[in-house]
Amino acid sequence: MTLAADVLDGKRRAVARALSVVENNLAGAEELLGDLYPHTGSAHLVGVTGAPGTGKSSLVNQMALTLRQQARTVGIIAVDPTSPFSGGAILGDRIRMRDLSGDDGVFIRSMATRGSLGGLARAAADAIKVLDAAGFDIILIETVGAGQGEVDIARHAHSVIVVEAPGLGDDVQAIKAGILEIADILVVNKSDDPRAPNTVKALRAMLDLGSQRSTRAMVNHHGRVMEAVQSASDSNQPAGWDVPIHTTTATDGTGIAELVNALARHRIYLIDSGELARRVRAQSASELDSLLRELLVGRLLESVDPAALAQVVEQVAARELLPFAAARMLVSELIRL
Amino acid sequence: MTDRKIRVLVAKPGLDGHDRGAKVIARALRDAGMEVIYTGLRQTPEMIAEAALQEDVDVVGLSILSGAHMALVPRIMELLKQNDMADVLVLLGGIVPDDDMPRLDALGVGGVFGPGASTTDIVKLIREKVKLAP
Repeated sequence: MTLAADVLDGKRRAVARALSVVENNLAGAEELLGDLYPHTGSAHLVGVTGAPGTGKSSLVNQMALTLRQQARTVGIIAVDPTSPFSGGAILGDRIRMRDLSGDDGVFIRSMATRGSLGGLARAAADAIKVLDAAGFDIILIETVGAGQGEVDIARHAHSVIVVEAPGLGDDVQAIKAGILEIADILVVNKSDDPRAPNTVKALRAMLDLGSQRSTRAMVNHHGRVMEAVQSASDSNQPAGWDVPIHTTTATDGTGIAELVNALARHRIYLIDSGELARRVRAQSASELDSLLRELLVGRLLESVDPAALAQVVEQVAARELLPFAAARMLVSELIRL
Repeated sequence: MTDRKIRVLVAKPGLDGHDRGAKVIARALRDAGMEVIYTGLRQTPEMIAEAALQEDVDVVGLSILSGAHMALVPRIMELLKQNDMADVLVLLGGIVPDDDMPRLDALGVGGVFGPGASTTDIVKLIREKVKLAP
């Protein structure tokens, strides 16, 4: 049996091996993914993100427990940061997930960011494919939530949960981070904290601001108005998704059942509204886009003489050549090849 | 673009609730550029073998201060073997009497480190014994 066949069979050792192969881009990675890819696409991919210390790992643990009670299998990818100094990492998300131990319906894999954000997004996307092909019903992707790279990973998901906690700075932090915009479901964890209702209020206010803005955009833009008119006249078209705010206490399980229900509702909304197909298409396009860039830059750097490239860099540094002109010149040389 | 890192599971089996040593080791291995999966206190042998499998680690580092190593280590080695992970390097840290060394050796434990062991030696041993596949 090949590794791919064993993965499709759900053999756990094979799944673990395959995850290493794709994460490290080892020999045979492309062939393996090629064999698995046609069997992917049925899992519900859920991104869980938010600032460090909001309780993402504990929340993922509780969600997985609830999903298991509903007899659904759960794959978990937990991402922690790589030290920029040593290249090493301490991956500690499993500490909060010990309740899931001993259950064959759960598979947890820790991943490090390994410096390059684009690299992680790709490794995570490939790891998701492996777990998807192995047959897990729901794949929870827990990210660090501290920057743009994490937002990108969350975008590999169908549904994105953004986790906030009370007392992590003032109300404006929420909009500053820009992370609210990607949320399909908002969670205020640590709801036993007396400040939790204020956090909910602040988030609610932010969401209302956001929706007013998008209404204005719709009026101002002819194309959008047409779209709005069309969907209003079509009764089969479900209404848009209102981002719900859920309060949870991950340490004792309060609010988790409601959150898991909201996730199921979002899945139904995605399918019924055609939004799932749209997201999957957008994700495929963006994945292809970044791979094209990677391949083309690779080809370019292979074909350009390093000495000539160094000379161009010198010219740019000496203000003799505009960086854009230099790039255009190098690319036009490649196209001639 | 292969960027393979040595992956190490640092685990504390058994009931002693003291993981300062394990954390020091985890930190030292991170600083040596390894990816360390730290699982926390009071792990059963089953939990450790399962985590080692899911994380596909190259090394399992066990920290046992309770003196229960002769009960815990054979069980963990057995479970790793059942999981088709007999080739994983297993290291033991803690208080281990000299008399137990031959048996641990026979079980396949790749190294034992007592109090005062240098983290540099541990890193060196791991680097020598773990050969990463291309």
